Amino acid sequence: MRCVTSRWLGGKARVVIALSVVVTVTHATRRTPKASKTTSVFKKAVMAVSGIILVLYLIAHVIGNLKAFSGAESFNSYSGWIRTVGNPALPGATALWVIRIVLLVAVIAHIWAAVSLWRQAKRARPERYVTKKAVAQNYASRTMRWGGVIILAFIIYHILDLTTGTVNPEGFDSTPYDRLVASFQNPFVTAFYAISVILLGMHLRHGIWSATQTLGQSNRRREKTVSAFAFAFATLITAGFLLVPLSVLFGLID
Amino acid sequence: MTATMQSSVGNPGAEKRGMNLTLRIWRQQGPTAKGKMVTYKITDISPDMSFLEMLDVLNEQLILQGDDPVAFDHDCREGICGMCGVMINGQAHGPQQTTTCQLHMRSFKDGDSIDIEPWRATAFPVIKDLAVDRRAFDRIIQAGGYISVPTGTAPDAHATPVPKADSDAAFDAATCIGCGACVAACPNASSMLFTAAKVTHLGLMPQGQPERNDRVVNMIAQQDREGFGGCTNIGECSAACPKGISMETISRLNHDLLGALRAGARPKS
Repeated sequence: MRCVTSRWLGGKARVVIALSVVVTVTHATRRTPKASKTTSVFKKAVMAVSGIILVLYLIAHVIGNLKAFSGAESFNSYSGWIRTVGNPALPGATALWVIRIVLLVAVIAHIWAAVSLWRQAKRARPERYVTKKAVAQNYASRTMRWGGVIILAFIIYHILDLTTGTVNPEGFDSTPYDRLVASFQNPFVTAFYAISVILLGMHLRHGIWSATQTLGQSNRRREKTVSAFAFAFATLITAGFLLVPLSVLFGLID
Repeated sequence: MTATMQSSVGNPGAEKRGMNLTLRIWRQQGPTAKGKMVTYKITDISPDMSFLEMLDVLNEQLILQGDDPVAFDHDCREGICGMCGVMINGQAHGPQQTTTCQLHMRSFKDGDSIDIEPWRATAFPVIKDLAVDRRAFDRIIQAGGYISVPTGTAPDAHATPVPKADSDAAFDAATCIGCGACVAACPNASSMLFTAAKVTHLGLMPQGQPERNDRVVNMIAQQDREGFGGCTNIGECSAACPKGISMETISRLNHDLLGALRAGARPKS
């Protein structure tokens, strides 16, 4: 009796043959979804889906930023529109807060999955190699974790600077356009922004490829296309985000 | 060694072509002992020797000197059993994409220094020196890497037709020998490529369909239980795999797992 089985350690086939004559498909006894769903792959899926939500936001964000090129009035009124979008059907800044809550949940889910998988990886190899050569990894895939930490630190600063104005030289009493200009006229702020956005670009370059794999949408034929798309998309987003602060720094926007 | 002999016969005045090497090998007395890298000089190694034959020469010397020989795993020495994996200069199975037994000393230069370490992963504890316990892989297979078939007379060969493309892809995945190079090379010490190869191999065959959902959830649950890391799709595994199992299998596993969870399959506790 031959059966399809895994060729296995020592070249000795381990053949598992059910004793029953009829093939019975037994479903595993159900455990609570929480306990069984939090496998490493499920965490990866959470990471991928929350990542996609954040990427969609980034696309909207980078397009909005480019409003800075059409002058203070246009930029400020755009900023005001975001706060009143949906009015009068939705009162006040309802739509804005819905977006903020969705983003916050996505960020928390993304970080939860990342930290959990990071810790799992640490536990999986407590003793490091004396000599280890990387063959396939690139700068993008190597900087996912620490790059992510830096991006998070940047986002916190970014909100305190431009949304709340807490750490902005113009303070929270100013218009969004004034805050933007005041902030990026400082070369250190622009440098921090540039580094973070480049790290974000690399995060996207590996993240888009990785999410495609994690959600089971990649295959040998698509691999090259997915990689090329991830690279092009990441470059475009990074360039878009760099445009405004660099223009402020070099006096094209003032 | 034949080449060395022939060349010295052909050119009596020519100097010996043997290689002199410095080996730095991980020595660890037992599972709980503390290990360290120990340096050995080895001379007159033929470039036509396999890596394991070079280690055999070293061990013969160590035995003659009354030292403890280096423990390393090996079995078939023809690249199909998967026993002989070690980390060579930071790469699983060394600089060629093959098994350690099929790696030849011509891949190195005279005077080279070679670092040899065991696979390092919580799920692969060191037994001694370079030998590790890979039974975690057996338990992943036991969790679902099989099909249940009715016993009785052998079915006709054409009783269950399989599309050619599927059988080819299944066979590509089935070439996995469970050597553990994927785990060893992975920055996260994840066994994803191994499990993905098994899930792909069985999932593409009609015989693998009845247990397909349970297989993937149980194998992944076991992989997590064994203490392997999670996959971050970096691709070190596939680059190190002596059988060239592709990253595509990992995408297929993820696809199967998410589908199985949606269909309500849950791992056995």
